[in-house]
Amino acid sequence: MKYDILMFGVGGQGTVLSSDIVCEVALESGFDAKKSEIHGMAQRGGSVVSHVRIAEKVFSPVIALGEADILVSFEQMEFLRYIEYASDNSTLILNTNKIFPPGVLSGKEEYPDKIIRQKLKLFKYVKTLDALDIAKSAGNMKVAGMAVVGALARMLTFKKDVWENVIKGKVPSKTIESNIKAFNMGYNI
Amino acid sequence: MKKVLSGNEAIARGAYEAGVRVVSSYPGTPSSEITDFVKQYKEIYCEWAVNEKVAVEVAIGASLAGRRAMSCMKHVGLNVAADPLMTLSYTGVNGGLIILVADDPNMFSSQNEQDSRNYARFAKVPMLEPSDSNEAKEYVKKGFEISEKFCTPVIVRSVTRLSHSMSAVELNERVEVEPKGLENNIPKWVMVPANARQRHIFVENRLKELEHFNNSSDFITEEINDSEIGIITSGIPYHYVKEAMPEASILKLGMVWPLPVERIKEFAKKVKKLYVIEELDPFIETELRAKGVKLRKLNRPVNGELSVDAVKKLFRKKTVKAKNPILNLPNRPPNMCPGCSHRGMFYAINKLKLFAAGDIGCYTLGLLPPLSAINSTVCMGASVSMAHGIDRASGGEYAKKSVAVIGDSTFFHTGINGLLNSAYNKGFSTVIILDNRITGMTGHQPNPGTGITIRGEEGPKVNIEMLCRAFGIKNVTTVDPFDVDECVRVLKEETAREELSVIITNRPCIFADRTVITNPYYIKEDKCTGCTACTRLGCPAISWDAKKKKALIDETLCTGCSLCPKVCRFDAIFQRGDK
Ligand SMILES: Cc1ncc(C[n+]2csc(CCOP(=O)(O)OP(=O)(O)O)c2C)c(N)n1
Repeated sequence: MKYDILMFGVGGQGTVLSSDIVCEVALESGFDAKKSEIHGMAQRGGSVVSHVRIAEKVFSPVIALGEADILVSFEQMEFLRYIEYASDNSTLILNTNKIFPPGVLSGKEEYPDKIIRQKLKLFKYVKTLDALDIAKSAGNMKVAGMAVVGALARMLTFKKDVWENVIKGKVPSKTIESNIKAFNMGYNI
Repeated sequence: MKKVLSGNEAIARGAYEAGVRVVSSYPGTPSSEITDFVKQYKEIYCEWAVNEKVAVEVAIGASLAGRRAMSCMKHVGLNVAADPLMTLSYTGVNGGLIILVADDPNMFSSQNEQDSRNYARFAKVPMLEPSDSNEAKEYVKKGFEISEKFCTPVIVRSVTRLSHSMSAVELNERVEVEPKGLENNIPKWVMVPANARQRHIFVENRLKELEHFNNSSDFITEEINDSEIGIITSGIPYHYVKEAMPEASILKLGMVWPLPVERIKEFAKKVKKLYVIEELDPFIETELRAKGVKLRKLNRPVNGELSVDAVKKLFRKKTVKAKNPILNLPNRPPNMCPGCSHRGMFYAINKLKLFAAGDIGCYTLGLLPPLSAINSTVCMGASVSMAHGIDRASGGEYAKKSVAVIGDSTFFHTGINGLLNSAYNKGFSTVIILDNRITGMTGHQPNPGTGITIRGEEGPKVNIEMLCRAFGIKNVTTVDPFDVDECVRVLKEETAREELSVIITNRPCIFADRTVITNPYYIKEDKCTGCTACTRLGCPAISWDAKKKKALIDETLCTGCSLCPKVCRFDAIFQRGDK
């Protein structure tokens, strides 16, 4: 078994924490796991990407182009930026929430709705969710990222209670309840 | 116990387990988190130094005092610390000493792509290059043993892909090291020419012994597979090689200087074609060719990162045909945050069309449109001295239309020296110190202007204005950077003056002081004329509604900094909560 999972979004969406969780769950489940991220200037709305690699033995911490099994897009258009990593068999987990890039905000560029529709066809399987909506019903807007993790967890073979334990150890204790709730709602989509 | 740790966290853990007593560092991506992780270990004294030269000298002092010490920095930091390093090589150490340097192949967040391995050769000191988090921790521990055994500083080299990657690490307990006490040994520690001549001989001999040690050390792993192709590699590229060339025989080096030439020659005999796979400079390759090792040529670029695909391509192996990238997507460039205290001053600089000698920090982002107000960036501290050069080269003329722009941490790092030089040499330049009271760019570390130490203890807070006056500078003005008109007025006045001037801004970074965040602003649609003045601030909270031809504030992002109402000439912007 091997999973090459590319997770990406916009600084502040919780991509880094989410990929930490995936990595730890894999290790807890007896696999080798590595992750690598580029988060130079995350605070300033930049794009953030984490490579998570899980197998019996992992060498390179970086996924090769065309070889990601699962792409996890924390923002609706971001998967377009990483399409080179997708293979013909890739699954896409897509949070449909939009965060407008500066060029769109200033009216100089358009949000690429049309390209999104076209390129979704390149994936063998697409699972969409509205993470902010889930977070709202979980009672905390800040746990949207965990709904995405839930949707991803459903696709992987690791046990659900391992996920829940790792999440409990990684999020602030005051937000455990809402995080677990969002995770479960994402899982059950 | 096993834990997933980043390379940086593992390095910090290694220092802890090795019984390190003192860590003095200056932040710099990708090395900054190491020292932030060290601070959780109460057994270690740690600090943010004001620059890398100071940090290494503090570590030398701690070593002289008989304790293990470490200093961490990014690659360009080692340039600043090169002076102590070169002579530290001669003195050697008392307590073990490691300099941790993190390179940034591909320049994810750096101004150049220099390869630090050259420093090991230059300074004639050993360099270790771990390839994953567990090795990072172990190499730090072994590094201290080597340091003490051979009486040498040891450089441990990381790269972005190691520092910011995570993998499993086996944790051990801390082992305290017996303090050796302050070493009073004049021929060893006082580098006057007569003593240094002797120590240079010691250094050359030490290098030979280290090479001998490396030849038989467990830093080398030899994996003999097919004898057709043999690859010498180290660090992160080892993993790319393992995946791209599973059939090849591999000699993986852990100590990349001095090279284990004997072991390499033995390996060379076992394979038909021998190659070196390394990132950046052909460091190992050049050295081995000079030593007469017959290597096959690869067409490897000396810039950027390697990858599994890049290695496959070097050996003409097939790679998966990836989907075409989608070009012309709206970008997400880094930008100053909403509420950033730098924005107003750049708006004013742009308005006056001043030439800005820039420096390195969040404010370098003032380069981007719509502010477009940075005209040069070289290295930390250079803005102040370059502005002086610009001024003196033109007999004072260019000083009337140019400024230096520097952040507080950068000012304390090396800007102070430049300013003292301008004052002493009677320059006319205008220096703007953007004092946001924190080292923003690298993750909000405190500095001498913050008033707290790395562990959050209160400390003295330097008074920049008094410091400038003590240099003999007469024109020192403090301005509110959110008051654009005032910034414009002061800039005009100070650039016109045929004297050195300093302008200091007085608003904190929103991460240095969260209490500055207040009620958001909003735009009254009927009052907005669509003049676009506020959108030219480049604030991420302000957007443009192209259909309505009006500006709009995202109130969830707005920090209530009060800058945009000051540039609105139609009084269309109001704060929530006041009517
Ligand atoms: C010699 C050297 N050391 C460290 C760095 C990393 N670095 C980049 S910007 C910066 C500090 C910026 O802080 P400050 O000047 O206060 O500006 P701010 O980011 O807060 O606006 C540092 C340490 C570097 N580029 N060069």
